[in-house]
Amino acid sequence: MTDHALSGSEAAAAQPASGRSKIKLPLNYVLPILAGICFLAGWQAFVTFYNVPKFILPTPTLIVETMIKDAPALLSALKFTAIITLSAFALAVITGIVVGVILSQNRALEMTLWPYAVIMQVTPVLAIAPLIIIWVGLDNVWLALLVLAWLVAFFPMLSNTALGMKSTDHGLRNVFELYGSSRWKRFRYLQLPSALPYILGGARISAGLSVIGAVVAEFQAGTGNATGLAWTIVEAGTMLNVPRMFAALFLLSAFGLSIWYLTTFLQRLWLRRWHESELTQEN
Amino acid sequence: MSPLENVIMHPSAREPVIAEPPETAPRAKPLVELRGVNKVYSNGTIALRDLNLDVAPFEFISLLGPSGCGKSTALRIIAGLGEFSGGTVHWPTAQYDAEGKPQRELGFVFQEPTLMPWASVFENVYLPFLLKDRSRSEVRDSVESALELVGLADFAKAYPRELSGGMKMRVSIARAIATQPKILLLDEPFAALDEITRMKLNNDLLQIWEKAKCTVMFVTHSVYESVYLSQRIVVMAARPGRVIGEVKVDAPYPRDKEFRLSPAYSGYCRRVSDLLDEAMGVPH
Repeated sequence: MTDHALSGSEAAAAQPASGRSKIKLPLNYVLPILAGICFLAGWQAFVTFYNVPKFILPTPTLIVETMIKDAPALLSALKFTAIITLSAFALAVITGIVVGVILSQNRALEMTLWPYAVIMQVTPVLAIAPLIIIWVGLDNVWLALLVLAWLVAFFPMLSNTALGMKSTDHGLRNVFELYGSSRWKRFRYLQLPSALPYILGGARISAGLSVIGAVVAEFQAGTGNATGLAWTIVEAGTMLNVPRMFAALFLLSAFGLSIWYLTTFLQRLWLRRWHESELTQEN
Repeated sequence: MSPLENVIMHPSAREPVIAEPPETAPRAKPLVELRGVNKVYSNGTIALRDLNLDVAPFEFISLLGPSGCGKSTALRIIAGLGEFSGGTVHWPTAQYDAEGKPQRELGFVFQEPTLMPWASVFENVYLPFLLKDRSRSEVRDSVESALELVGLADFAKAYPRELSGGMKMRVSIARAIATQPKILLLDEPFAALDEITRMKLNNDLLQIWEKAKCTVMFVTHSVYESVYLSQRIVVMAARPGRVIGEVKVDAPYPRDKEFRLSPAYSGYCRRVSDLLDEAMGVPH
């Protein structure tokens, strides 16, 4: 159909933005890594030059040595913390989405339960920890840790899902109504995709919070029972084994960073073709 | 189908309505009849008062008026979106389902393109079929020919974000006509577009109307647009929303630039514009 050839002004905007972030991508990685190397070198030089005792501030090389020497213990601690964190995160994602969806379907239910969800959020986990540990932690410490980490990570998933479910475009809702969409189809093909950016945003916050939740819970759970990285830090601290503290701390940060990147990757994968947050506009 | 099955009682009609297959539908019978339709908002605003309107099959009709005159409200009532407070909307040639709801067979183009940003152009046009449980393979041809009709055959895989405003509107039109509706309702579809794109889309809409062989009901606040496009212009006034007059545009189709520049065109524009002045209470 030639008579429908697009007018110039229309066709000009039709070029899919290509070649974006071609130059930016390496810099994304190179700059932070360079900064990190400079920082570590400065640290090493400072400690060596001023002869700082290693129980106050060890050199980065000593921390690496400790990591290699203590690798088996540190890795098993990492495994323990990682399992707790990832299970709590997964649980928070599932329960957050399910409860958020249910609340968004029923206004009365939402009004009834929302204040309690907020109470759950604003009560500091440190204050609930002793109670949870008495209830479930005496026999299964891991379960208490899981519950505590979940409590921290749950709310962002819930609130973001509920917000996302409500943010569907009004015009699109009309389109679905016009074609006699069933409630299920409206949920599956309209509300869920509309809520996806919000849900993923909530997941990124939850991912970080589940690490914090797991660490705080381990601190609270106390001696002997918890064998994760947080407890390794407490234990090493009481023995003034500062290099080991730093080694555990480093692993904890690296672990937190990797789940953060995992959620970033998923967000990019699912939103890159359509959502504003993942598109760069050439001006 | 036996003749008996075609007789369906419509609750508001109180008499049997003979639903006839489209090929034998007589031109005399309107496609949709509005009788004394009222709409009052909960805050007491009268959006529509006593609207009577017959829309004939294959007609191109425009509703024109200032904002708040209820023209969009009328269109939405015809589409079955939102309740109305009184009167009847009757589809003499449509089938009625078991609940007494008419099978309207309509397409709607909103002021905004209302596309799903997460879905490709193809998926967006496929949406009406998806909601009616039709498989992609079954309706691929319908979707593709609708895209071809709006000149976007090559953009099936593109995402709305990658299209210009005019192209998004084309996708929205393709979605509305993909199901081959009897009536296409357009609610100020080109208001947000630039003048050049709007003119192009006006011409394309006339061609689509011809090729798709459907009724078109077009809501606009532009006198020029309504005269250029339609066979009949219903002029409406605000507070309360009501019809104050009608202008028939007898110029033949296809209409083009010649028509736009002709004295007849200016004459129609003047008449419509006078009516509109009356609607706004402007003294002559």
